[in-house]
Amino acid sequence: MTALLLTVLAPLLGALALALVRTPAAGGWLNLAISALTLVAAGWLAWSVALEGDVVGRLIGIGFRVDAFNVYLVVLTAFVGLTTSIFSRPYMRHVRAEGRVYLGGMRVYHSMYQTFMLTMLVALTTDNLGVLWVAVEGATLATVLLVSLYRTPEAIEAAWKYFILCGVGIALALFGTVLTYFAAQHVDFGALAEPGAGLIWSSLHAHAAALDPTVMRIAFVFLLVGYGTKVGLVPMHQWLPDAHSEGPTPMSAVLSGLLLNVALYALVRFKMLVDGSLAATASPHLAGALLMGFGLVSFTVAGLFLHRQRDIKRLFSYSSIEHMGLMTFAFGLGGPLATFGALLHMLVHSLTKSAIFVTVGHAAHIAGSQGIEKIRGLIRTQPAVGWSLLIGVAAIAGFPPFGVFTSEFLLLTATMQAQPWLTLPLVTGLAIAFAGLFRHLHPMVYGTPPEGQQPVQANMIPVVVHLGLVLWLGLAIPGFLAQWLNRATQLITGSSLL
Amino acid sequence: MSLPALPLLQQLVVLLAALVLFLSFVLLAQSRLVSAIHAFAWQGALVAAVTAVVAVSGDVHHLYFSAGLTLLLKALVIPAMLHRQVRGLALERHTEPLQRPSLAIMAAVGLVIFSSWLVLPMVAEELAFTRNILAISLAVVLIGFLMMVVRQQAVAQVLGFMSIENGLFLAAVSATGGMPLIVELGVAFDVLVAMVLFGVFFFQIRESIDSLDVDRLNRLSETAEIAGEDRP
Repeated sequence: MTALLLTVLAPLLGALALALVRTPAAGGWLNLAISALTLVAAGWLAWSVALEGDVVGRLIGIGFRVDAFNVYLVVLTAFVGLTTSIFSRPYMRHVRAEGRVYLGGMRVYHSMYQTFMLTMLVALTTDNLGVLWVAVEGATLATVLLVSLYRTPEAIEAAWKYFILCGVGIALALFGTVLTYFAAQHVDFGALAEPGAGLIWSSLHAHAAALDPTVMRIAFVFLLVGYGTKVGLVPMHQWLPDAHSEGPTPMSAVLSGLLLNVALYALVRFKMLVDGSLAATASPHLAGALLMGFGLVSFTVAGLFLHRQRDIKRLFSYSSIEHMGLMTFAFGLGGPLATFGALLHMLVHSLTKSAIFVTVGHAAHIAGSQGIEKIRGLIRTQPAVGWSLLIGVAAIAGFPPFGVFTSEFLLLTATMQAQPWLTLPLVTGLAIAFAGLFRHLHPMVYGTPPEGQQPVQANMIPVVVHLGLVLWLGLAIPGFLAQWLNRATQLITGSSLL
Repeated sequence: MSLPALPLLQQLVVLLAALVLFLSFVLLAQSRLVSAIHAFAWQGALVAAVTAVVAVSGDVHHLYFSAGLTLLLKALVIPAMLHRQVRGLALERHTEPLQRPSLAIMAAVGLVIFSSWLVLPMVAEELAFTRNILAISLAVVLIGFLMMVVRQQAVAQVLGFMSIENGLFLAAVSATGGMPLIVELGVAFDVLVAMVLFGVFFFQIRESIDSLDVDRLNRLSETAEIAGEDRP
């Protein structure tokens, strides 16, 4: 309980403290320190979950529950939060030196960074579906000012689009949440249940079979469109490339690495409820089928869009849509193997993608532009950045021996077992995405650098750590992690893989 | 069970909810910005009234609190903020006629019919009350969407956004007797913060494109050149 409290309170207090810190340099260090503290707390939390099982707690009337599924996402969130804050400190100093951010903007930036971490951690740990919604909406509010931080017309347009699309989308998710509460109105939660038990995920899950299937079916459609907007599922993905390309690069890293995961996490939680409710009806796999459909479409469309990108950050945001589509598909497919693969893919995708965005930030500094055509000859100008980009893209494209290969291999195997004919579009999609990434990558890394291109001061520690972890996960998944993911799989599907 | 057979208080709720829906139509068709803000304030007041009546009829204590909160937030604070911003942007006399008003209204009618059809199988036959209310709230939400699509002016879009929130709140209060207090507070907080941010954006958009016509925010697209080449 103390660990849980610390995990949530550290970013909360951090956000308040950072709003008061006037000097950007001090803000950067404090931001880093708070992120480190959050990671320590998250590690402690994971340790107590591993030893004692679910951690349950209450704070100002909100129920929290940490189980095997969300604890690994909590650790991942805190970890990516820390490494990105390591990268963000010198990066934002550079941006400041160029005069692109006003002085107060740095205070907003650091404070909102921690507010965003707070919303992510609350969304993951809470047991209350209403609070989950409030936190996911809060994440939009925290990041929208960061997307428009540079105050260029493009940035303002991207932020407005992000605000409106995600705000409206998430409103649908609230309607779905209300319908879920409505479906649970006549369910008897037992004499000991607290008031408002119809919004508590764990009590809903325990009584899922009693939920009205007709209402749950309609509720899930609203939830899918609502949280799906945040996951970046096609056709609700329009905000994602804009927000990623116009905001500061550390923001792109945490949006891709964390926010999308949390939205997908919410969808999976609801899918578990809907599956329980529909089990006895004529269409028990409705939720899974919807997820598979949306996932496959996103996966394919994003893969095709990779080919025509001209902005490096847009390129990798489409790659994020592609991978989120793949995970959505896998969770929809269900079954222990696919779910295990999807959980692993969530982990390796977050690590790889945030490493890539960090590298891309440096690459854009070297070239002085985000245009793919302007970025040339990275390996010759600054080998560390060039090689990191090359290795990162190889990893995200699914080359062995990296972790993404392992998870994609598991997903393909699972698809082959359950729906053999769907393997074909998956393999084709992977090949299209691979080609789309490499046709842009090759000249950026190997081409001739323009005259006078100078290396920049780059902090490659986060990249090395992330890619090292992804490599490790590809070579051998450590036993404790496999057990951990296995417990999450067991929670989601009811049967274990190992 | 037909509507006249319902208890009086429930009939009152249905009547108020119908007025909320009516105001959604007013919002959709109103071309004067200031009048649209007034219509929105009335809608908020009606939603608060629905909450109060549900609180009385079900004797739910925490709903009295949320009725007050809704009245304060949706009928007073947010309209007042919008009013101030509209004055600050010198848009008091701004009118923005719809392109095809009759088409928009027909589409809204279609959405109301769709909502009733969608809700039909969801609620058992004897619950005429819940069914009507859910259908109305869904219609208010969907008309809010429609408004955001057909209106190009940023303030009008925000009104659409806020009326979506009204519809959601109506659904939560009347179909389920209100969400738990902590959730309601959280949602209210989010709405308030969103409103403050919208205010910031009105000025930022105005600064960048010299208008609040968000259709002119069209620099970012798949085929566009990379703008601002010198930016890292």
